[in-house]
Amino acid sequence: MAVLLLAEITDGQLNMDATAKAVGAAQTLGDVTVLAVGAKAADAAAEAATIGGVTKVLVAEDALYGHRLAEPAAALIASMAGEYDHIVAPATTDAKNIMPRVAALLDVMILSDVSGIVDADTFERPIYAGNAIQTVKSSDAKKVLTVRTSTFDAAGTGGSAPVESVSAGEDPGLSSWVEDHVAASDRPELTSAGRVVSGGRGIGSKEDFAIIEALADKLGAAVGASRAAVDSGYAPNDWQVGQTGKVVAPELYVAVGISGAIQHLAGMKDSKIIVAINKDEEAPIFQVADYGLVGDLFTLVPELTEKL
Amino acid sequence: MKVLVPVKRVIDYNVKVRVKADGSGVDLANVKMSMNPFDEIAVEEAIRLKEKGAAEEVVAVSIGVKQAQETLRTALAMGADRAILVVAADDVHQDIEPLAVAKILAAIVKEEQPGLVLCGKQAIDNDMNATGQMLAALLGWSQGTFASKVEIDGDHASVTREVDGGLQTIKVKMPAIVSVDLRLNEPRYASLPNIMKAKKKPLDEKTPADYGVDVSPRLSVVKTTEPEARKAGEMVGSVDELVAKLKERGVV
Ligand SMILES: Cc1cc2nc3c(=O)[nH]c(=O)nc-3n(C[C@H](O)[C@H](O)[C@H](O)COP(=O)(O)OP(=O)(O)OC[C@H]3O[C@@H](n4cnc5c(N)ncnc54)[C@H](O)[C@@H]3O)c2cc1C
Ligand SMILES: Nc1ncnc2c1ncn2[C@@H]1O[C@H](COP(=O)(O)O)[C@@H](O)[C@H]1O
Repeated sequence: MAVLLLAEITDGQLNMDATAKAVGAAQTLGDVTVLAVGAKAADAAAEAATIGGVTKVLVAEDALYGHRLAEPAAALIASMAGEYDHIVAPATTDAKNIMPRVAALLDVMILSDVSGIVDADTFERPIYAGNAIQTVKSSDAKKVLTVRTSTFDAAGTGGSAPVESVSAGEDPGLSSWVEDHVAASDRPELTSAGRVVSGGRGIGSKEDFAIIEALADKLGAAVGASRAAVDSGYAPNDWQVGQTGKVVAPELYVAVGISGAIQHLAGMKDSKIIVAINKDEEAPIFQVADYGLVGDLFTLVPELTEKL
Repeated sequence: MKVLVPVKRVIDYNVKVRVKADGSGVDLANVKMSMNPFDEIAVEEAIRLKEKGAAEEVVAVSIGVKQAQETLRTALAMGADRAILVVAADDVHQDIEPLAVAKILAAIVKEEQPGLVLCGKQAIDNDMNATGQMLAALLGWSQGTFASKVEIDGDHASVTREVDGGLQTIKVKMPAIVSVDLRLNEPRYASLPNIMKAKKKPLDEKTPADYGVDVSPRLSVVKTTEPEARKAGEMVGSVDELVAKLKERGVV
């Protein structure tokens, strides 16, 4: 079986973690050809060629593919689909934008957020915010899927796959990029970090989120947030962990001032060790925490930061 | 401009989901159902466009069981002008897949000729996050997904999207499909007089056959199981104790 795998590339840079984990998942399905699409994609393609188990890398480098617009990328992928049985991408916001469009162009159902691969036709995926896991068997001739990177191991390194260019498709002329608002940060990236410290509504203000950031920096952790913290403007949207935010599964997840709503748990309950700090001993977060500490976060968190 | 808003009837987000013991699915009998939260946001945005004079008519559409009437009445009570119900299932446990939903919506779009389709980013039951993108593909339209801000400007709309790296603003050519994210707006509650008025607003009933769409699923459900439960751990009495435990586990 042959797999076409969309590499995760942002502004010319390969997201190695997401791509290698998607390759790790896709390898069980067949030979993996990685497709690198972007206005700048050659460097990312070369890097993707080093991922273990990749058979070939195709590069489509054209201004048309800048800024990850869905319409030209989906048209390109659909036009290449003929030779492949599976078309796979890591379940990032870029791929969630593109892949359902690809599936509809091919008249097949999308398999979103796949968390387990049973066989070439059968897949597991969480539904109802992870309250249930559904196993589905696809009757479509081709399978288009996005995979949850938090549940698959990354493929190794040491590959040296050949890299070939493919020509760009036509410009559908439907949308254009205006601007990105991306906060630069020295902290580890949330979805691949080994440690995550998240703050919730309990933090109370944007200024006080510094308490969370200080603990994160002490631990070398990424910073996350609940939806309530983001909605209240304490934290930026890309920090949101949960059903509709990012899904993380670090070694250590510290939830501070977060009640533990099911939609939040959906994004972090596969973490290895969960620590919860909350003043309400009845908070549901304690039902999933390995270590729970009841008390005021404004005294406990600075104390923890100091003692680590 | 006409705005079309697809709204899905789903289990209320506050309800604790129970997986049926025989593994056949999630128990939806006698469970509180509501409009998908993202779709409330889409309806709200459509009504605001109408209030601003950017839209003339708001049409809500739902595809599913007959009871989705209630969901459409909610949309009408919020301010939608009329509704279309496509009865495609008779068992509440039968979910119509995004591909079939998108095909029906595409047929409705061809009939209704809206300038904008505002849908939710994700249905909180199947968590697919696909219908809007699929509809855009079938129509060959532009798509602005995961929108936290939408501004209509003549034959284009500027859409700010919530993406992994932060926010991205794009310009989409109209007509367009926009899927809405949680922070686009705060949906209003329907007032009692508006709930009464909504009962008199037109609600058309159709079937998939009226649009020539086959809704048989492409994905057959093999089984539905509960995720592995996490065991609650222990409570620690102090920061010192916590630090000691974390050191023991080798994570700090
Ligand atoms: C469609 C939909 C999608 C959603 N998606 C997500 C998602 O992706 N991610 C997400 O997180 N949520 C999501 N939510 C929201 C979710 O339902 C909850 O509302 C949210 O997670 C609550 O955030 P919180 O725990 O920070 O706030 P709250 O529930 O208000 O909890 C605050 C906690 O802080 C504690 N606290 C307050 N002060 C202190 C103090 N001084 N010291 C210690 N503890 C203190 C309180 O005891 C409380 O437990 C979604 C909701 C819907 C409807
Ligand atoms: N059966 C349906 N009826 C009406 N709208 C739907 C239906 N299914 C999906 N949608 C729309 O598509 C969005 C995304 O759903 P999904 O792709 O299933 O996650 C929802 O928020 C709705 O706006």
